[in-house]
Amino acid sequence: MSSSPGHDVILKLEDISKVYAGTVAVKHAKFEVRKGAVNVLVGENGAGKSTLMKIIAGVEQPTAGRILLDGNEVSFSSSGDAVGRGIGMVFQELNLFGNLSVAENIFATRELTNAFRKIDHREQERRAAEFLEQLEAGIRPDMLVEDLRIGQQQLVEIAKAVSLDARILIMDEPTSALSAAEVEILFKVIADLKARGVAIVYISHRLEELIRIGDYITVLRDGRITGQEQMRNVDTQWIVRQMIGSDAKDFAKADGHVPGDEVFRAEEICLPRVTGGLAVDHVSLSLRAGEILGIYGLMGAGRSELFDCIMGRHGQASGRIFIDGKQVKERDTARRIRRGLALIPEDRQREGLVSILSVASNLTLASLSRFVSLFHIRGGAEWQAVTQMVRELAIKVADPAQEVSSLSGGNQQKVVIGKALLTGPKVLLMDEPSRGIDVGAKADVFRTMRKLSRDGLGILFATSDLDEVMALSDRIAVMSNGKLTGMFERAEATEAAIVAASALGHGPVHGEQRR
Amino acid sequence: MTDIPAKAAAPPTSSGSVLLTLMKLRTFIALIAVLVFFSIAAPNFLSAANLILMAKHVALNAFLAMGMTFVIITGGIDLSVGSIVGLCGMVAGYLVLNGIDLQFGYTVYFNVVEIALITLGVGILIGAVNGLLITRLNVAPFIATLGTLYVARGLALLSSDGRTFPNLVGKPDLGTTGFGYLGAGRLLGLPVSIWILMMVALGAAYLARYTPLGRHIFAVGGNERAARISGVRVNMVKMFVYMFSGFCAAIVGLIISSELMASHPATGESFELNAIAAAVLGGTSMSGGRGTIGGTIVGAFVIGILSDGLVMMGVSSFWQMVIKGLVIIVAVVVDQAQRRLQSRVTLMQMAKAG
Repeated sequence: MSSSPGHDVILKLEDISKVYAGTVAVKHAKFEVRKGAVNVLVGENGAGKSTLMKIIAGVEQPTAGRILLDGNEVSFSSSGDAVGRGIGMVFQELNLFGNLSVAENIFATRELTNAFRKIDHREQERRAAEFLEQLEAGIRPDMLVEDLRIGQQQLVEIAKAVSLDARILIMDEPTSALSAAEVEILFKVIADLKARGVAIVYISHRLEELIRIGDYITVLRDGRITGQEQMRNVDTQWIVRQMIGSDAKDFAKADGHVPGDEVFRAEEICLPRVTGGLAVDHVSLSLRAGEILGIYGLMGAGRSELFDCIMGRHGQASGRIFIDGKQVKERDTARRIRRGLALIPEDRQREGLVSILSVASNLTLASLSRFVSLFHIRGGAEWQAVTQMVRELAIKVADPAQEVSSLSGGNQQKVVIGKALLTGPKVLLMDEPSRGIDVGAKADVFRTMRKLSRDGLGILFATSDLDEVMALSDRIAVMSNGKLTGMFERAEATEAAIVAASALGHGPVHGEQRR
Repeated sequence: MTDIPAKAAAPPTSSGSVLLTLMKLRTFIALIAVLVFFSIAAPNFLSAANLILMAKHVALNAFLAMGMTFVIITGGIDLSVGSIVGLCGMVAGYLVLNGIDLQFGYTVYFNVVEIALITLGVGILIGAVNGLLITRLNVAPFIATLGTLYVARGLALLSSDGRTFPNLVGKPDLGTTGFGYLGAGRLLGLPVSIWILMMVALGAAYLARYTPLGRHIFAVGGNERAARISGVRVNMVKMFVYMFSGFCAAIVGLIISSELMASHPATGESFELNAIAAAVLGGTSMSGGRGTIGGTIVGAFVIGILSDGLVMMGVSSFWQMVIKGLVIIVAVVVDQAQRRLQSRVTLMQMAKAG
């Protein structure tokens, strides 16, 4: 790859590896960041992009390898170190303090003070307002961050990074919660930064976005760099090929079985948002036995909240749910599980697993009553169920008594799925079931979904991955802003129609929904 | 590429494992160390009479520490146990001496078994109040039990206006005699309180290991959200641990007033701190999810033997406090070091495998 004039390499990673408990996230990565250009980084979920960026931003330290900044070897022991060297980052998971104001967030750790070391709130708010003005977001600097929409929070995160006046600015999926109009504004800001000679590292799943604004592209797969090119030399096919390798994404073919009778119905599910409005807005849908219903939507569209309502996790939710035509009156999770509902939550670490317990204990946690006589857990019966589930789902574990945190992401996800299956559910709710797991495990998860639907389980799964929803679903529901904005039979679904439905009701009043 | 997780999932093996094993057995090593040290340094330390006396001392703390262990495993804390000890002692003493006045000229007297049951009920009730405050009203465990610490102590003082209920021998014609059996009685040569401790300890260890409730206690402490989504009735689990803690405290209240044949309203002050110390020394993690009944009992013995041994050696009680504090700090430092070493060993193996 030849360097163009004016685009000097400012930061270089050599042979960087990063190992976490349970998984090798990055393997011998070489990566160059060029000045005054948008350096795009792509890869599937769990390919290691975020880890690589956290290493550059000093949040994580590499297990092996060197970082060269302006040709000199450097090591960042903290993000403060990296910021000191002019590296700023917009994180994928929002790193904001909800209990502080927008201005206080933007100037966190580098508060503007007067002569007596007292924070100068007025000056902070004035400066913050300037940055926010650029983003045309209509956010007041004195608002509390927790009162903002998730998309607005993302803009605050961006404003914070821009305000660092960084030489290198990393943006990790900055558009995941933004409306089309907000994305346009962000691109203007990026063009402006580029003109000022800032090196931008841009991570996104949306290929059309990357091709539009990228100058250089690097593709990661399974923690390894598989391609590095100038953007003008590549096309979508090339990117996809590098991303998924020769073996195309293995979605497990539909087997053409016909779904049975309705097994689950939700009517008029509503969930009020703390900040006013509805997080889930009068959603009704029905699911047949053996059917896979994919729910597509952007971040913050209300998919997870809908699942939470169905599982009875929110006391203030309203609406009715039915299983096999009979209304489920139980309001708490424990009894809804007994009625045949099971949830595989989006956030494995926080909601799916008890990481300090063993694989076996995690697997049987939701179904212990099956192995109990009087009050004694029959160890033999439990063990039998555990080993059977380990075999069925191909969980790679030497000994189920091992702590679950020692497994790789994909195997941890299988444990969460196994836990749900052991409860003997009729309806399985899967929230982003393929997030953060490697390609092989993904294929396993998809195959499992197919098999379960063949066995007559109704599966509702939420995803923000368009390919996934197109390939796996019998029907596709689209959510946007808490509302159900589309429902397509697979035969009649097109990517364009789904994307259009997912953008409904987003964006400011002038809402131009170009795509 | 997909074979990486397979290798990574291989169990952690030898390297650094000698040190790790030593660290894991640290509470036992500490127990053996204090036993050996005092049997050399303190005369008469190993006599049967002294060992039984020490065991009786240790038992009191061990009861509280077991209750505390379950509470801490769920991620909570129970500061009220010392006050519950005091209040329950007063309840028992009051019932032995006065019975319950039914207002219209009759007074009901209970026999000793009934008194013991009522007292245990009071302990469980206060535990239930703690549990309700924490689960229904969302009060932080520290604050809720701090509140009941004061309330229970205040009630204990009010019950007698701050005086001691002396001489709890009871009257044969009222059927209230025999209260001293718990504290002074012996069965097969061992004090009754030791037998009770063994029963409760075995029951608690069984509960932790072989019942769904026990599994749920660990799950709640390990990850409350995940437990809730898995259908664990988190509130019921929490109610149970605080009620069990209150139950344990009531046992201690009964035993102490029975040993002394008197109840004093200030009994049990600062017992909660000893109980927490024993649990932590036994490997219970203050952040929840980790801990064993066995470890806690060993921890209680280390602390108890340490203080009794130092008394026998004639070390001043001021120095005793300093030493006890240091032992607790060292225990936690070693605990943290073990965790770090463990995760490093695992990571290194995976880096090699990957």
